Amino acid sequence: MAETATTVFNSRVPEGPMAEKWDRCKQEMKLVNPANKRKKKIIVVGTGLAGASAAASLAELGYQVESFCFQDSPRRAHSIAAQGGINAAKNYPNDGDSVWRLFYDTVKGGDFRSREANVHRLAQVSNNIIDQCAAQGVPFARDYGGSLANRSFGGAQVSRTFYARGQTGQQLLLGAYSALMRQVSTGRVKLFPRREMLDLVVVDGVARGIIVRNLITGEFEKYSADCVLLCTGGYGNAFYLSTNAKGSNVTAAWRCHKRGAFFANPCYTQIHPTCIPVSGDYQSKLTLMSESLRNDGRVWVPESQSDERRGNQIPDTERDYYLERRYPAFGNLVPRDVASRAAKERCDAGYGVGPSKQAVFLDFRDAIARDGRHAIEAKYGNLFHMYAKITGEDPYQVPMRIYPAVHYTMGGLWVDYHLQSTIPGLFVLGEANFSDHGANRLGASALMQGLADGYFVAPYTTGHFLASHSLPAVSTDDDAFKEAMANAQDRNAKILGIQGTRSSDSIHRELGHILWDYCGMSRERQGLETAMGKIRDLRDEFWSSIKVLGQGEQLNQNLEHAGRLADFLEFGELMVRDALVREESCGGHFREEHQTKENEALRDDENFCHVAAWEFKGVGNEPVEHREHLEFVEVPLATRSYK
Amino acid sequence: MSETLDLTLKVWRQPGSDAPGRYVEYKLTGISTHMSFLEMLDVLNEQLIAKGEEMIAFDHDCREGICGMCSLMINGQAHGPDTGTTTCQLHMRRFKNRDTIVVEPWRAKAFPVIRDLVVDRSAFDRIIEKGGFISVNTGSAPEANAIPVPAHIQETAMDAAACIGCGACVAACKNASAMLFVSAKVSHLSTLPQGQPERASRAQNMVAQMDLEGFGNCTNTEECQAACPAEISVSNIARLNREYLRAKLCSYE
Ligand SMILES: Cc1cc2nc3c(=O)[nH]c(=O)nc-3n(C[C@H](O)[C@H](O)[C@H](O)COP(=O)(O)OP(=O)(O)OC[C@H]3O[C@@H](n4cnc5c(N)ncnc54)[C@H](O)[C@@H]3O)c2cc1C
Ligand code: SF4
Ligand code: FES
Repeated sequence: MAETATTVFNSRVPEGPMAEKWDRCKQEMKLVNPANKRKKKIIVVGTGLAGASAAASLAELGYQVESFCFQDSPRRAHSIAAQGGINAAKNYPNDGDSVWRLFYDTVKGGDFRSREANVHRLAQVSNNIIDQCAAQGVPFARDYGGSLANRSFGGAQVSRTFYARGQTGQQLLLGAYSALMRQVSTGRVKLFPRREMLDLVVVDGVARGIIVRNLITGEFEKYSADCVLLCTGGYGNAFYLSTNAKGSNVTAAWRCHKRGAFFANPCYTQIHPTCIPVSGDYQSKLTLMSESLRNDGRVWVPESQSDERRGNQIPDTERDYYLERRYPAFGNLVPRDVASRAAKERCDAGYGVGPSKQAVFLDFRDAIARDGRHAIEAKYGNLFHMYAKITGEDPYQVPMRIYPAVHYTMGGLWVDYHLQSTIPGLFVLGEANFSDHGANRLGASALMQGLADGYFVAPYTTGHFLASHSLPAVSTDDDAFKEAMANAQDRNAKILGIQGTRSSDSIHRELGHILWDYCGMSRERQGLETAMGKIRDLRDEFWSSIKVLGQGEQLNQNLEHAGRLADFLEFGELMVRDALVREESCGGHFREEHQTKENEALRDDENFCHVAAWEFKGVGNEPVEHREHLEFVEVPLATRSYK
Repeated sequence: MSETLDLTLKVWRQPGSDAPGRYVEYKLTGISTHMSFLEMLDVLNEQLIAKGEEMIAFDHDCREGICGMCSLMINGQAHGPDTGTTTCQLHMRRFKNRDTIVVEPWRAKAFPVIRDLVVDRSAFDRIIEKGGFISVNTGSAPEANAIPVPAHIQETAMDAAACIGCGACVAACKNASAMLFVSAKVSHLSTLPQGQPERASRAQNMVAQMDLEGFGNCTNTEECQAACPAEISVSNIARLNREYLRAKLCSYE
């Protein structure tokens, strides 16, 4: 059993009533005077919604910003792929929404495992995000009068999701990217694309720089700054197959963890209910079909097992609309964790469809009959197009086949209310932190969080940090930089030197299978223990038999992948350990030992109403678990019900 | 029903930007028609690693047609034979047994090859930097519904904003012109009410940077539109020309 630290660490949540906390915090924070801002340098790693919005906003304030990403352009960060939309509490439809209700839904959706004060702030700034994006020229959907349109997403009974066709992430990211590029033209942001962060440099206990590999030349480079913002996204690709972009990784966050940043709730992963099913063992990634489709699509399976007929040939009387049956209040719009488990339950019971029997139908027949094909095309055209491309089937004619897939990670580096990690000067934004979604994220709230962090939170809190610390000058020739650089170089050299027999792809797939089988949609003690051993063995195998070709001093995608995999192999063990220690079911974390008679998740608030924040103690050594107790004052703890 | 294909691939291999490149032929057997084109390349790369040869470098990330990272000339066509499709969305069911497939990088003076099939498209970022934005600082935005945008204007803007910045338009054009890319951004921003104040400078500065980067002139062959995975229309180029002219006429600079 892991050691548990009893010391409670400071989450720096301001005092006072919930609705006033953020204002109070802003009033109390120190400011950097304009002349001094010019002298302060900030490193921002990542150019997704969180990173691009933070870098642009900080540069607008006058700081010198250096912005890094591994793609060839900041515009290609994984955020670009988000489809469905972004939430805000505008209440334009006049259907009873408010900041409080968005806050409430998000806390409840997260199954009471998030920090109330952070979630409240998120709901508060949500409306500013929409204003900001509209002003940047984000072409949100509008109604005929020219005002902004909304759609519904899971876990809410109001319509509060703003969208730009099925390409909301693309348009929001291009908005943030344009703001970033505008600052590049002023000279306040320097761009470093095709760079991979491989270590954090900590000087006198404060984050003061990073080590990156230039992915074109293979050279290692050192950068120093007054603070570092990590906006490097989620770790879903630990599972190999996920809806994440292929390059998404845990490397930057993991290496910060190894330097002292605590990793919180790594077992909270989101398995999204509506993805295109796996078609073969060559499969390289999974494709999401946006949750917005559940606005109009109905989910069902045949009433009899192993029904071989095509979906459109099965009459209504022989269909089981199991979500509508089990959850009449929310129907097809139950939260993701609930929908995913329900699909798995039907497939495990033998009602799955398609060649693999690991799929359920998502059917638009009724919506097309009601609204006409044109209306459906206008809302979801690009998603239908994408589905047809991948499967070769026409979803206007036959129901889509879908199955859950790894999609998002609620866990991440632990941060306080200021988004600062346990390493002073290291701030973590967006999906890379653990903060706002508890054990389950509601649809359309990751985009909201990324932009809230970047536009409206970090610019204040990093300023406060810089104003309240007098940091000594550092040089990239200092020992800490040399040590970190040597560390990163050695690791790469070691990988290149093994020249074994196994490709990184084959080992990554194997890791993915282990995590999916034992630490996926449902988990239990014995399986998790098995997984732990298997991951350790696989890690040993990696370090004895990986085969990476080519040199370090060149563009080498083989080496890039192997390096990320090496980190996933260390991280995977922590994910499993966290799942093992959390002896309850909550949100995306479902322990078979802890369920109700109706197979719903059974939380244990007495013993587990906390954040588990792990401290690194060396590879292969037991990490130390720290606990941040969570209090629910505004939204009293209750069993989540969507019936 | 999964069928399989036997294929011959001719792939451009080039060890570095200054090194000479050449085509290398590879034989592949038993490729499932359900695979995507990039998965087929993954399979080839796995075989190369097993044989002790360096894998073929190619850019990709989202593998769902939105990030704009993938960029292959397939049998002389940018992103391959399907319209409105990126390389990563192309599936092997589009090919026949015993086909020979030629795979090259984008070829354009402004997109130098870095290695194998990977090119440098940073010229696009530098064009955006010159005016592909609306100048509004964080925090200074008015209430979002304060400026209504008629639905048809919003639709036109969205059509243009859908550009994924892949560079296929440049690769497909015999002059390597970047007009479709530039016009898409100019159209997106200049049709919206929010984009009006900077209309003139935006068009002028972005076009000036485009010329500086070494992209060619547009001679209206419309190859760009045919290759564009986001189906950006050449009508945007006409709009850019109007914007540019208007800027020249009303410029007080
Ligand atoms: C298919 C899909 C659809 C989605 N749809 C929605 C939706 O409709 N609504 C919603 O709210 N959410 C959605 N999400 C979730 C949401 O898109 C993400 O959570 C969010 O975009 C993450 O943003 P981010 O800025 O934190 O990170 P990312 O966008 O992942 O950006 C990470 C950045 O970090 C950089 N980076 C990473 N590692 C390194 C390194 N080692 N060195 C240097 N740079 C590095 C990358 O280059 C990149 O720039 C969706 C997710 C997926 C996968
Ligand atoms: S206009 Fe089309 S082809 Fe050109 S960069 Fe944009 S999406 Fe690619
Ligand atoms: S890999 Fe993203 S568009 Fe092809």
